[in-house]
Amino acid sequence: MSNNRRNFLKQSAAFGAAAALGPGLWASAAKADSEIEVGVLFSLTGGLSIVERSLADATLMAIAEINAAGGVMGKMLKPILEDGASDTRTFNERASKLVLRDQVPTVFGCYTSASRKAVLPIFERRNNMLFYPTYYEGFECSKNVVYTGAVPNQQLSNYIPWIINTLGKKKFFIVWSNYIYPREMAKVSKILIEQNGGEWVADEYLELGHSEWGAMVSRIRSSGCDVVLSNVVGDSVIAFYREFRNQGLTHDTLPICATVTSEIEIAAMGPEVAAGSFTSFPYFQAIDTEANNDFVERYRRFVNDSSAVPQHALECSYFQVYLWKQAVEKAGAVTPDAIREGIKGQTFDAPNGKVTVDPENLHTYLTPRIAQWGADGQGQIIDEYPEPIKPLPYVAYGETDDDLFCTGAGLDSSRL
Amino acid sequence: MFEVLFIGLSLTSVLLLIALGLSITYGAMGVINMAHGELVMIGAYTAVLAGIHLGFNIYLSLPLAFVVAALVGLLIERVVIRRLYGRIIDTLLATWGVAIILQQLIRLEFGLSFFGISIAGLGPGLQNMRVPTYMMQPYDIMGFTIQPYRSFIILVTVLLTALTWYLLYRTPIGVHIRAIMRNPQMAAACGIDVRRVSALTFAYGSGLAGVAGVLLAGFRTVMPEMGATVVVDGFLVVVVGGVGSLLGTILSSALLGQINGVVSVFSNDIIARAVVFGVVIAIILWRPRGLFAFKSR
Repeated sequence: MSNNRRNFLKQSAAFGAAAALGPGLWASAAKADSEIEVGVLFSLTGGLSIVERSLADATLMAIAEINAAGGVMGKMLKPILEDGASDTRTFNERASKLVLRDQVPTVFGCYTSASRKAVLPIFERRNNMLFYPTYYEGFECSKNVVYTGAVPNQQLSNYIPWIINTLGKKKFFIVWSNYIYPREMAKVSKILIEQNGGEWVADEYLELGHSEWGAMVSRIRSSGCDVVLSNVVGDSVIAFYREFRNQGLTHDTLPICATVTSEIEIAAMGPEVAAGSFTSFPYFQAIDTEANNDFVERYRRFVNDSSAVPQHALECSYFQVYLWKQAVEKAGAVTPDAIREGIKGQTFDAPNGKVTVDPENLHTYLTPRIAQWGADGQGQIIDEYPEPIKPLPYVAYGETDDDLFCTGAGLDSSRL
Repeated sequence: MFEVLFIGLSLTSVLLLIALGLSITYGAMGVINMAHGELVMIGAYTAVLAGIHLGFNIYLSLPLAFVVAALVGLLIERVVIRRLYGRIIDTLLATWGVAIILQQLIRLEFGLSFFGISIAGLGPGLQNMRVPTYMMQPYDIMGFTIQPYRSFIILVTVLLTALTWYLLYRTPIGVHIRAIMRNPQMAAACGIDVRRVSALTFAYGSGLAGVAGVLLAGFRTVMPEMGATVVVDGFLVVVVGGVGSLLGTILSSALLGQINGVVSVFSNDIIARAVVFGVVIAIILWRPRGLFAFKSR
């Protein structure tokens, strides 16, 4: 009996292994020579799908444009689209499928830090490449990820001095939603505020999704601050700005300077509530250049929605595919190692301007911009850094331009 | 100090608004209605949709949302809850299922999104209800800052509470409802049509949730998930106040609202929330049936 059972287990294990290997072998054998398969991994369903679907669209649009212009080294790109379903475990599963079974050389995807952390071990263990398009909190130094969104120093290092010097506001009330990204942003803000001769009178946070802002706004009123630095994210933003207005605070005298309030949140809260407040991002739809206007129009045509609004992570999702194309062409091969070598120092004229991948930490040089929101829900760019600035993922821990913690050799963890 | 009390008062009014309908459905009918938050959400979406497509302002949206939520409530009662009276755990599970269905209906735009049709004001995104400008601009009276919108919520809450009190204690149907609360079998034996009265009661409680939704839409984010947090607050108030007691519901929302307001102004919202839960636990330990309980079914 036990013998039979053991045999059965052996057989089924062998069969299982064959079944698991089979499709993978078959897929790689059947792969056409005229195509390069790449993974695209975003949430197409679930709570995050509104934003992530648009990022997937931007990625697919870049791939379609590249294909229309002749592909990469004469080969067409074939996107394999997978759905992370707003769930970190699903992200992990789908990334494994792309890396192990489809054997793609690169995956473009992930929006939240949680989903990136969930897929990171797969890319590192299998030595594959992830192109990650979102602004995030930094504190990561992987040889298997190319980060094309902003890190805290690229949103804050011209913002804080600008608030202090140009707006003339010196007393900051820092308020944020309680999770990793705003927490790190708050840390960096405090360092920069002190360096620039300002002071922060309060540093407060609320849970993610908090919607009762009465007490917080009342504390803001009585705190004696003259500017509010907001790292509040998601649906809380709307309740916050509305309560701010309901309690009679105006952006003329006490402006909200936000780091993550984008066109999407402004539209959801009703633009009249946000009119006069500020946001810092490397990209806004309102960037009035031919390249960007053309990009906005192409995107709207691609998704067949004349009112679609691109934002920062969406633009990164788009241009990172072009950076990848250039890396492949420079390296002359479509393997993860070749792409990693090829991407170092790559430069591309993105809709927001010039972007360059840093050869050391694989993050991207971006140009910080500050926009003031109008009553029409559009931002007007009122300040712009003269050139793209160097990404410093460990700036909250003392990293500077001349003293990098994250280099091509890896992370110097003794510095943390 | 006045401003701190005002924050507490406005938190109280929101809690009471949510708990009022719940205390009736839970108290009178012994139904743990997990879909109560979703009825609030339906009220909020009614206001958003009526604003976009019919040009309704907040005053017109209030009665409309009452009617819409009451009809949805009536439907839930007829289809699901009617079959589950007296099985309290089953009502919890069934209404939770109803809550998920209602959320998805909004998210999928009643299924139209499968056919590529989209309706402005529905779908998984964030929505908002326009509030008249004069309601957003606070003004000063004798050194006090008055917030018109919060004051409006307090006013509506007071009116609805008074109306509910009148219905329960001064009308024939109120006598029936209270009789059913105490002992449904005996009420039926006395000739009260328990099924009909229960259905109407449930519809009324649902309608109140709809009104709460409109008022919440004015200062919170309207989205399909908005009901989930609301229902927890509602149950806190009802459990502390004592099931089926209008006075208990009013006093416990005042207690919890003021504690929340005062603590959150002097420390922060996270600690305030913890203190509120601590007080609730202490009260339930001290009086397991709530502050104002009577023997019920």
